[in-house]
Amino acid sequence: MDVAKVENVTRVFRIGKVETAALRGVNLTVESGEFTALVGPSGSGKTTLLQLIGCLDQPTSGRVYINGKDVSKLSRNQRADVRRGALGFIFQFFALIPTLTAYENIEMPLLLAGEKASARKARVTELLDAVGLSDRAGNRPDQLSGGQQQRVAIARALATRPSLILADEPTANLDTPNGQQVMEIMTRLNQETGVTFVFATHDPRVIKYAHRVVTLRDGCVVETAGEEKIAAGV
Amino acid sequence: MIQTIKMAYRDLGRNRRRSFFSALALGMGLALLLLIASVVKGEYRGAMDSSIQLQTGDLQVMAKTYDENKTSLAWEDLVANPDQIAAQIGAMGQVLAATPRLYASGIAGAGNQSVGVRIIGIDPNSAGNDIFHRAMTGGEYLTADDRSGVLMGQTLAKKLGLKPGDSIDLLVNTANGNTDEQIFTVRGIFNTHTPGFDQGSLFMPLAKAQAFTGTENHASVINVLLKNIDDTGPVAAALTTSQYRVQTYLQANQILADTEAMANSYMAFLYLIVLAITATVIVNTLMMAVFERTREIGILSAIGMKASRIMAMFFAESGLLAVGGILMGLVLGSVMVALATRYGFYIGDIGMTGLLLGDRIYAYPAVSDGVVLTVATFIVALLAALYPAILAARLEPVQALHSGD
Ligand SMILES: Nc1ncnc2c1ncn2[C@@H]1O[C@H](COP(=O)(O)OP(=O)(O)OP(=O)(O)O)[C@@H](O)[C@H]1O
Ligand SMILES: [Mg+2]
Repeated sequence: MDVAKVENVTRVFRIGKVETAALRGVNLTVESGEFTALVGPSGSGKTTLLQLIGCLDQPTSGRVYINGKDVSKLSRNQRADVRRGALGFIFQFFALIPTLTAYENIEMPLLLAGEKASARKARVTELLDAVGLSDRAGNRPDQLSGGQQQRVAIARALATRPSLILADEPTANLDTPNGQQVMEIMTRLNQETGVTFVFATHDPRVIKYAHRVVTLRDGCVVETAGEEKIAAGV
Repeated sequence: MIQTIKMAYRDLGRNRRRSFFSALALGMGLALLLLIASVVKGEYRGAMDSSIQLQTGDLQVMAKTYDENKTSLAWEDLVANPDQIAAQIGAMGQVLAATPRLYASGIAGAGNQSVGVRIIGIDPNSAGNDIFHRAMTGGEYLTADDRSGVLMGQTLAKKLGLKPGDSIDLLVNTANGNTDEQIFTVRGIFNTHTPGFDQGSLFMPLAKAQAFTGTENHASVINVLLKNIDDTGPVAAALTTSQYRVQTYLQANQILADTEAMANSYMAFLYLIVLAITATVIVNTLMMAVFERTREIGILSAIGMKASRIMAMFFAESGLLAVGGILMGLVLGSVMVALATRYGFYIGDIGMTGLLLGDRIYAYPAVSDGVVLTVATFIVALLAALYPAILAARLEPVQALHSGD
């Protein structure tokens, strides 16, 4: 089953009279359980593509399907529903809500999904444990290190058991050990729960975790490589 | 809902000083309006009260043809056998006091000064005139059989340079259209703290006034005070006969009622101005919050928060600010109103003709206005949140997420 499918997608940004084509006809299929890296030089369109798959933005032309459903023409609120139900996000900056504790940040998507208090509690406790932060439940983001914050963000992304998690340079603001820890947690969760990950990155140390690498250049997919090739270091 | 309020509360806590001052501004606006409403209410109640006590009573019985503006002394315009009629009225269960009064216009002279005065013949022993007895500041009160003594207001005495025991020359219009003149002695001086009354009123015993003006056994009106002002209507109806008409305090104080209605419409305008300022403060505070938290709004939107819920967060913030501000405003306002009710403000003689305003305004707690203003403040605060809330809800998640990069 395809978790996400992108068909002939273009995205043109217009600032005044200047048009920038960030994506120029991208086709991509992401299957359930994938652990895929999106690579390419700066400006190649990685973030733009993640935002389109993530229903944060809409394509100029072409179609985006999430779990088989066409999301390219949905209203704002419908897109919010898709994001809440099927998608999780991890950003480069540690996108937590500063007034909420680690626990409450992870709980937020569950609240938005209308989960019962007991179910929320069980799920948040489980996730805090999964990212190794059970003892930090009551801390606010400013009382957590960058690595810890990013782990809270991972837990939050997983909270509603989405089918696809999109991560835009999740390790870019972390040092090597923390970056490795984050990637290891993501890998483990992918193996244990089967949740699909797509992440954009520049970092060769991160690319090596991927099972599949999709390379973008100038808004086009120029290459996709499977595990054999990555292992061969091509 | 609870979560939304919890988040709103914490968001307000992020900038405690700003939140505090916004709530305070709202509270001060409310407190100010409460004070003004109570002062105006107190002023008109006070004016109505002095007018009733000093002049119009709860109601007055008079001859059909009597015109109080002309102070006619013609017998047919007056009430005959006033003592007897007053006694009859006084026997009614609802009546506290009924007393005849004779009004005549005259000129008071002392030294080389002279001043137009209203000469009022009263029954010094009637409970209906206790107010004047209590207002005495010098000399002695009148006795019913005093043939040469008068009481005058302190303002008038000062103007004429008189003190108790001094002589005063009075010229008066009489029943047959002539004038009469006589020397009297200032028996005592009173101060009702109502400059409009004290500067032109001069009392003498009814019998002497009747003799002086040639009105014999007549009075201009029977002044009636009731135990309960709410009985005015029924008592007035009972006292109206083919011979006499009854003027209630409301009819007698029409000008006052009209000015109060006018003052109330000015007040409504003032309320709107202050509420608009309150709204501006709230809009400003919330706009700053929206700009500061653009990225967080993007995050919340990214994880699936709908526009309606984003708006609800800002309404909750505004609602909490309003509740805090209203509590401060009610406390502050109650203290100010309590002080103004207890001690009042000295205004002296502001010289509004036609109104008997005291020289000091005491507030009277405007409770119903207070309720309306409190509710209005809350509603205005919520309405003020509308624009910032819409602004926040309209943010595109992508743009919001990238703000501050
Ligand atoms: N909101 C926008 N408005 C205008 N142009 C944009 C916008 N977002 C992206 N672009 C342009 O689209 C192109 C692709 O940008 P994108 O952010 O997707 O690249 P990227 O691969 O994520 O780069 P990086 O590795 O630097 O993050 C760039 O030329 C960029 O300038
Ligand atoms: Mg990018």
